[in-house]
Amino acid sequence: MKKILVYLVVFAAIPFALKAQKESIHKFAPLPYAYDALEPYIDKMTMEIHYDRHHRAYYNNFAAAIKGTDLEQTPMVAIFANISTQPAAIKNNAGGYWNHEMFWNCMKPNGGGVPLGKLGDAINATFGSFDNFRKQFAEAGVKRFGSGWVWLVVGADGKLFINSTANQDNPYMNTEEKRGTPIFCLDVWEHAYYLKYQNKRADYITAFWNVANWDFVQKLYAEALVKK
Amino acid sequence: MDYQFPELPYAFNALEPHIDAMTMEIHYTKHHKTYFDKFVAAIKETEMNGAPLEEIFTHVSKLPTPVRNHGGGLYNHTLFWESMAPNAGGAPTGKLADAINVKYGSFEEFKAKFNDAAANRFGSGWAWLSVKADNSLCVCSSANQDNPLMDTSDCPATPILGLDVWEHAYYLKFQNRRPDYISAFWNVVNWEVVQARYESILNK
Repeated sequence: MKKILVYLVVFAAIPFALKAQKESIHKFAPLPYAYDALEPYIDKMTMEIHYDRHHRAYYNNFAAAIKGTDLEQTPMVAIFANISTQPAAIKNNAGGYWNHEMFWNCMKPNGGGVPLGKLGDAINATFGSFDNFRKQFAEAGVKRFGSGWVWLVVGADGKLFINSTANQDNPYMNTEEKRGTPIFCLDVWEHAYYLKYQNKRADYITAFWNVANWDFVQKLYAEALVKK
Repeated sequence: MDYQFPELPYAFNALEPHIDAMTMEIHYTKHHKTYFDKFVAAIKETEMNGAPLEEIFTHVSKLPTPVRNHGGGLYNHTLFWESMAPNAGGAPTGKLADAINVKYGSFEEFKAKFNDAAANRFGSGWAWLSVKADNSLCVCSSANQDNPLMDTSDCPATPILGLDVWEHAYYLKFQNRRPDYISAFWNVVNWEVVQARYESILNK
């Protein structure tokens, strides 16, 4: 009986012992909509492979690379601010993990249209018109040679600018020449569009505007301005 | 010299089931052709118009970026098509096989090293087996459409075998499974051509 009690106490203590080692703050978030929700602009199979294979692999590799380190408790933006001190396995997978989560949120079913409010005003003031902004953003996407991303960024001066980055880099990283707070993005890796659009990246970018989630971008813009 | 868009040395479906016909068709008629067209347009704007690609690559750091990107895309794909053939694969023989065994211990160990270079290239790029200036072999990878002939290369050498690991090279059939594509590639490597390239470098 005594022995059984000892066992019970030991087993009961295991969860507390594990809890002492804090869980990573970095989670693999659910996709905010169904795989087919962005049809016909982004096809279901692309979404499924993109989220469940590519994005998940970046997350798993990132989680494995930082396991047991302080980075498990460090916010992503702070990790990016010092990314030059990290090995490629952390930089690439951290970028791949964070960029894709941002990208899913920048899209929604029945999205599209034009940004409103302060963001709409700022886009008009910076680029002349929403159409001009779209043109410059699309051009940055087409011109990115190889794999990468296009971003709408709020600079340190609070002004908007468009930038593209290679591979899984992003404008938070201290390895970037032009840094700032990204509020909108587009994945131009071939895996983002090849099943449906193949070599026609420009057609993918045209389709993308139909699913842009401007509510989300407006919210990020407001937050970025408050931070200044 | 006028630049020519090279013929594909076999039918689009010739490398099935390892490389599918649709991938070959889009890869050759769209991607490769676009590199050719854009290279021809870009090089016209420079003093090197008409020079062989190999010579252009030795000055590429001083030329406009489109020359590097599209010239690389033109040259790399041509070398890639020629490096493959239907009913090919197997193992190299002759002097190349000897050199591989000396450098890597065995053909299998060489393949493992090449597979690593191809799988670990993050983003778009190529894996290469090349011959260095001292005639020794080396395996490396390069980003985007760069190659070991370029004066920007961190592994300067003459490539004799190249594997395209841009997602467009395998996504329709293999999607995110790049390692499966790399495994399939070994079934279509045209070792006769690779050996001939190697021996012509030795004879220089």
